[in-house]
Amino acid sequence: MKRSLFGRLWPNATAVVLFIGFVFPVYWMFATALKPTGDILSEDPVWIPTNITFEHFRTATDVDHFWTYVTNSLTVTILAVVFSLVIALAGSFALARMRFKGRRGFIIGFMLAQMAPWEVMIIAMYMIVRDASMLNSLVPLTLFYMMMILPFTILTLRGFVAAVPKELEESAMVDGCTRAEAFRRVILPLLAPGLMSTSLFGFITAWNEFALVLVLNKDAEAQTLPLWLSSFQTQFGDDWGATMAASSLFAIPILVLFVFLQRKAVSGLTAGAVKG
Amino acid sequence: MTVQTERPPSGPADVRKADGGGTGRPRTRAAARAGALAPYLLLLPACAATVLLLGWPLLKDILLSFQNLNMGQLIQHVTEWNGVDNYKETLGSEDFWRVTLRSILFTAVNVVLIMLLGTLVGLLLARLGKRMRFTLLFGLVLAWAMPIVAATTVYKWLFAQRFGVVNWVLDKLGWHSMADYSWTSSQMSTFFVVTLLIVWMSIPFVAINLYAATTTISKELYEAASLDGAGAWRSFTTVTMPFLRPFLYATTFLEIIWVFKAFVQVYLINEGGPDRLTEILPVYAYVEGVGNQHYGMGAAIAALTILLLIGLTAYYLRIVLKQEEDEL
Repeated sequence: MKRSLFGRLWPNATAVVLFIGFVFPVYWMFATALKPTGDILSEDPVWIPTNITFEHFRTATDVDHFWTYVTNSLTVTILAVVFSLVIALAGSFALARMRFKGRRGFIIGFMLAQMAPWEVMIIAMYMIVRDASMLNSLVPLTLFYMMMILPFTILTLRGFVAAVPKELEESAMVDGCTRAEAFRRVILPLLAPGLMSTSLFGFITAWNEFALVLVLNKDAEAQTLPLWLSSFQTQFGDDWGATMAASSLFAIPILVLFVFLQRKAVSGLTAGAVKG
Repeated sequence: MTVQTERPPSGPADVRKADGGGTGRPRTRAAARAGALAPYLLLLPACAATVLLLGWPLLKDILLSFQNLNMGQLIQHVTEWNGVDNYKETLGSEDFWRVTLRSILFTAVNVVLIMLLGTLVGLLLARLGKRMRFTLLFGLVLAWAMPIVAATTVYKWLFAQRFGVVNWVLDKLGWHSMADYSWTSSQMSTFFVVTLLIVWMSIPFVAINLYAATTTISKELYEAASLDGAGAWRSFTTVTMPFLRPFLYATTFLEIIWVFKAFVQVYLINEGGPDRLTEILPVYAYVEGVGNQHYGMGAAIAALTILLLIGLTAYYLRIVLKQEEDEL
């Protein structure tokens, strides 16, 4: 009896410990950002922020060029995701629905490209961009980010396209649609959840990218939020409140997108299939 | 597909046959050729982008690695070929081998921890009740979703010398010498923080996917095992493990590749310091190339690293392709 109680207890106890371990850093980021400086720099940590203040968020966003960083990050990320979606949609349709010579080779090629060691290619990318006199510009950044997420987008969308029953497309064509029309009217709407989840992961990758923008864009006018965040400590010394406020601001869009969209994208897929 | 304004006279059955055989309706030769070309045209933008934005930098890196390219040459835009000098110097330097060995050890420790703990957490998820499982899943997804740069900054704060939570806890637990410990002051403690960060970030991926995989194991297999008199451990080794092995194998390689490239975490925690003692290969290439402005040398180090990574990737793809043979 005693043993079975223990047997029921330990998984739950371990789960609680693990939950705290995984959540604490995220919690501590938000908690620190909301505490007044006195509570942050105290000998004993203040575990729960009681005197909530938004002063650190103000410090973080009052930095020079803050809104330039935000605009740059959004521009680069959204453009990269949209371009890669458009290009990938065409490619994934071919890979999922058509038979042709070299199809397997293309798929393996994109799988290889997906694992490309971008972190190590920075020097070469810097030289290329410099020779094109495009340093401190958002254009190369957008293009390279698009390429970083393109293979993943193609391979994932291929799965989503293949999951749309072929009969739907065929019956649309029977009703007089051309293949392109059938694609636009039948497949594309059913692909919405697939587009959503792939663009979510693309968004996260591009939003987070740090190494390339660090090397390419030294000019604050062309920098993005990851650089703003990493420069904080050097700028503000030990102003952990502002640093954590900046981290929170940077992380919130991703956390929200991830937690909500991931579930929605999955359930949307089945809903679409049932409707079809 | 073909130019046709009217509805086909004889309904779906006819069309399906036409689609399957491809000979149901007369098509002009031009249309057929266009049809054969269509997949390539659809793939053209993706391939062009890959060649231009991925192939070119790769090629450029190899070209640069055969050049003597430092600050002077960079400013004057001159190309000075120096053959295999960069490779000779890199492969002959003690530093390079030390960093390579360090990278391998670093990757090994991280991947072992990630796979071991990730698997345990995944199996735990399968054992938990519904509510507890959802709670833990939520925590895992939160850690998973945390952007790398933000997570790294948070870890720096957790491990801060003054007012850091970790030092406070260690002090309270009776380890008083840690009260004002500077985690970035020594090689091992810096690696400890980086490893903890990477493991924390990577476990959710392994655990959640592993849990998803266990849910697809049919219950009947377990029933059959228990009918044959297998205990919990035996049914784990004979039913669960064989089922998960391909997944674990592929994921291990994926993690090896990811950890090996972990530039941002290592660089942001301490920029490869103290005294360049925590530089792993990607950071080493960056510091040599961009930091010390020996671009040719950096490119050579990068090329060697890429070679290593391509080897790992090829092996990974072989595993994956074997598993998905029928799907391609």
